[in-house]
Amino acid sequence: MKRFLAPAITLVALLALNQSLPRFLNPYYFQVLILVGINITLAVSLNLVNGFTGQFSIGHAGFMAAGAYGSAMFTMTFGQKIAAAMIAAHLPPVVAQGAMLLASLLLGGGLAAIFGYLVGLPSLRLRGDYLAIVTLGFGEIIRVIILNVDAVGGARGLPGIPQWANFFWVFLVAAIVIGLAVNLANSTHGRALFAIRDDEIAAEALGVDTTAYKVTAFVLGSFFAGVAGGLFAHYLSYLNPSTFTFLKSIEVIAMVVLGGMGSITGSVLAAIVLTLLPEALRAVKDYRMVLYALMLIILMITRPQGLMGTRELSWALFGGRRRGGSK
Amino acid sequence: MSQLSVENLDVYYGAVHALKGVSVHAEAGEIVTLIGANGAGKTTLLRTISGLVPAKSGRVMFEGRDITRVPAHEIVALGLSQSPEGRMVFANLSVEDNLEMGAYIRKDKAGIREDRDAMYQLFPRLLERRKQLSGTLSGGEQQMLAIARALMSRPRVVLLDEPSLGIAPLLVRDIFKNIVEINRRGVTVLLVEQNAHMALSIARRGYVLETGKVVLEDEAAKLAANDEVRKAYLGG
Repeated sequence: MKRFLAPAITLVALLALNQSLPRFLNPYYFQVLILVGINITLAVSLNLVNGFTGQFSIGHAGFMAAGAYGSAMFTMTFGQKIAAAMIAAHLPPVVAQGAMLLASLLLGGGLAAIFGYLVGLPSLRLRGDYLAIVTLGFGEIIRVIILNVDAVGGARGLPGIPQWANFFWVFLVAAIVIGLAVNLANSTHGRALFAIRDDEIAAEALGVDTTAYKVTAFVLGSFFAGVAGGLFAHYLSYLNPSTFTFLKSIEVIAMVVLGGMGSITGSVLAAIVLTLLPEALRAVKDYRMVLYALMLIILMITRPQGLMGTRELSWALFGGRRRGGSK
Repeated sequence: MSQLSVENLDVYYGAVHALKGVSVHAEAGEIVTLIGANGAGKTTLLRTISGLVPAKSGRVMFEGRDITRVPAHEIVALGLSQSPEGRMVFANLSVEDNLEMGAYIRKDKAGIREDRDAMYQLFPRLLERRKQLSGTLSGGEQQMLAIARALMSRPRVVLLDEPSLGIAPLLVRDIFKNIVEINRRGVTVLLVEQNAHMALSIARRGYVLETGKVVLEDEAAKLAANDEVRKAYLGG
């Protein structure tokens, strides 16, 4: 029973917060909170690729865009109609819209995962800088295609996406991706990923199918980037290709690096900090981005291994520290 | 039939002809050593056997099976593993996790635990440091870990690439003692070494590689007595 306890508590907490938070927080703070949740999903999913497996991908915004547009297009062509039909059949709107949102997220994520597979299979034989360039190019290709396809709004953007995503969905996805990453890190598969990161040839020589692992991690990371994109679309109800430039990819990489490569708690922490920081700095107006950049530089100089290094924050850690007090 | 035999192997790195028609073999239960200078092709030969480097022509036979085109990660499962040159331990994993990685292809938890304990017995230093990140170990300890890790897959043939590289002489003797012990337990050892003296002292047979070719092949004792070998590799 114990293994269902944490997910059950998380679910209840999410539902309760979903009801109560909008009453306490003003809309601006609430939207920042939602963006924090989406960025957590983005950062943790990229950590699977960059941190766990040591592959340097800078195309995360491209996968996010694929998921965002894919899920939005599904909702606007089919999802809305199906949801309306379900409501007409006396299903509560929450259920109908939730089901269709879930379907659109899975589709968006699936689309991003397919792209991830197509890019990953030929390019994961490349390492370091080379892979970075390929993923960078790919992310830009997706954005430029969206920019030039009129059916998805082109440069004008895509308005009128129903606002179905809420606190519950955003943080449910974040919780799922965190749970998945934590379980992965403590499994044989996780160890195989870390082994690839530390020494690919040695891992291969021990029987690890390194290509399969790298592609799987890449596809998984792309999938969740796509899901995050879908949530983004269904919360802001408007998409624009300029959101998904490589600057967005860099922003997510900054979260992973700042948090500490391979540390899940680090990614979460950095996603929170790097989402809140630019908002908190709004007070200084013109100097906002200068200060933001400066803080990043200072953080990297003082803690080059990231906020958390490769460590994790957990109750076991606190417990262990207390017990191992006298050395 | 030899347990492991390499026949007429040709390997290229781009335009560089790294191995030129190399043939070596190892019988079950032997320690066979490959000696030679830097760039002779010793490491290339081991990497080709374990599937990390593709062969242009020739073949590698392991227990009657042609493994020339078998991918590296599948060769381990057949019973042949390698401790790579330069140690290459997983620096950010603990000693224990490194050993677990060695048993990556195995599913028998009890057997893995048993073998892990056997490795700790063979290399007591690793037991002392089992929770430590392996990147923080000394060179000698990392070498022990790399060898122990290669043995965790329960191989019948193990390829050891320069176990003495960059290690204090006292520790080298320890490591070689352990190699003999591993062999005594029934594992065939193919040992690549620059430290020809040590290698020939524990091996039954040996090959001398020079610029991608086998130039000499004999019983280890005879090689150690050979004038040319003495001059070139044993310092007089």
